Amino acid sequence: MKTLKQSQPIQHSRIYSLGAARGDLLVTNDEIAGPIDSSDEWIQQRTGVITRTRSSENQSLMDLATVAAKEAIEKSGIEADQIGAVILATISFPYQTPSGASLLSELVGAHKAAAYDISAACAGYCYGIAQADAMVRSGLSEYVLVVGAERLSDFISPTDRSISFLLGDGAGAAIIGPSDHPGISTTVWGADGSSWDKVGMTDSILDFRDGKVPWPTLVQEGQSVFRWAVWEMAKVANEALEAAGIEAGDLSALVTHQANMRIIDELAKQLKLPDSVVVARDIAQTGNTSAASIPLAMHRLLQEGQVSSGGYALEIGFGAGLAYAAQVVELP
Amino acid sequence: MAHTQQEVLAGLAELVNDETGIATDAVQMEKSFTDDLDIDSISMMTIVVNAEDKFSVKIPDEEVKNLITVADAVNFITENQD
Repeated sequence: MKTLKQSQPIQHSRIYSLGAARGDLLVTNDEIAGPIDSSDEWIQQRTGVITRTRSSENQSLMDLATVAAKEAIEKSGIEADQIGAVILATISFPYQTPSGASLLSELVGAHKAAAYDISAACAGYCYGIAQADAMVRSGLSEYVLVVGAERLSDFISPTDRSISFLLGDGAGAAIIGPSDHPGISTTVWGADGSSWDKVGMTDSILDFRDGKVPWPTLVQEGQSVFRWAVWEMAKVANEALEAAGIEAGDLSALVTHQANMRIIDELAKQLKLPDSVVVARDIAQTGNTSAASIPLAMHRLLQEGQVSSGGYALEIGFGAGLAYAAQVVELP
Repeated sequence: MAHTQQEVLAGLAELVNDETGIATDAVQMEKSFTDDLDIDSISMMTIVVNAEDKFSVKIPDEEVKNLITVADAVNFITENQD
């Protein structure tokens, strides 16, 4: 009997480059405060959001994803047809099937790539990085494109005070490939299905089809999610640091999912970060863009020169599911 | 060792002060966290988690919404300490 051939593993992977695209409309707090009986001051105090980027009618989720992906590919130095897999993390692509990733692979010229979507909400990008890291190191794919893209403004209620007013539209992309040194640490990830209903949609689309409920929109149990996002995620973040073999003081940046400034601040406080660690706060300008928020926030830190290529960033995504994932990456 | 009601009130007032800056002597039994002390839901949860640590008590998410007044919190903590 002949022996099967398996893919040949390599030792290390890293992120080569990032790309970013934000909604083309800058929506202020004053523009959305009326229906939730609020004010610019209240929203800034309670959430840290000053503006959120949302897409006009003419800008689709796929437009955002394509812009971000093309930037990442161009900066990576590889050709699009070298990409072996395209992973799109999203909860707002408007087709049940086919996948958004499949269309994206065509639009960016990744014609030989496997393509599929991930539904892990705000943890989706970090799930994608975990999978890309494993695919590259196993030898399954040499290069992987991971994109987090959302047009959450299609799934918000103007009168919802729990989450809608925080949400924005955008896409962030990364190219992952082989490396001569470790660039992505072991991912700590999981999901707490017992809290499946703490963040998510108001109703099923089948009930909407049957005329039983209005258009489903995003909603959350804010207090419970806050407790989980800070104190449980602080444990996950510390586990990720331990798995990476580094300490908080070795980080250049903390890039959390941009859920709410108070979650970011409290989580940073729980991690007892030294002042040298830059904390990403893209939410102030962009709002909460779910799967897109981590690459967008990291892209901003690099673009503004707040961190340098080669430093370590702890990225941690958490949200509906309740799904979470954290890993330390070398900044591209 | 179990804390007395007075000790819980004093400790809770310190936690409220740490989180919000509200003077400790303003944290009185009959005060409402929301209406009188203007504490929002996120600050309330931070106070709850810190109170769990301070008083060795478990305050489930579903119980937090029942803590309307300072007295509600003091009584719950006093009665449910380990």
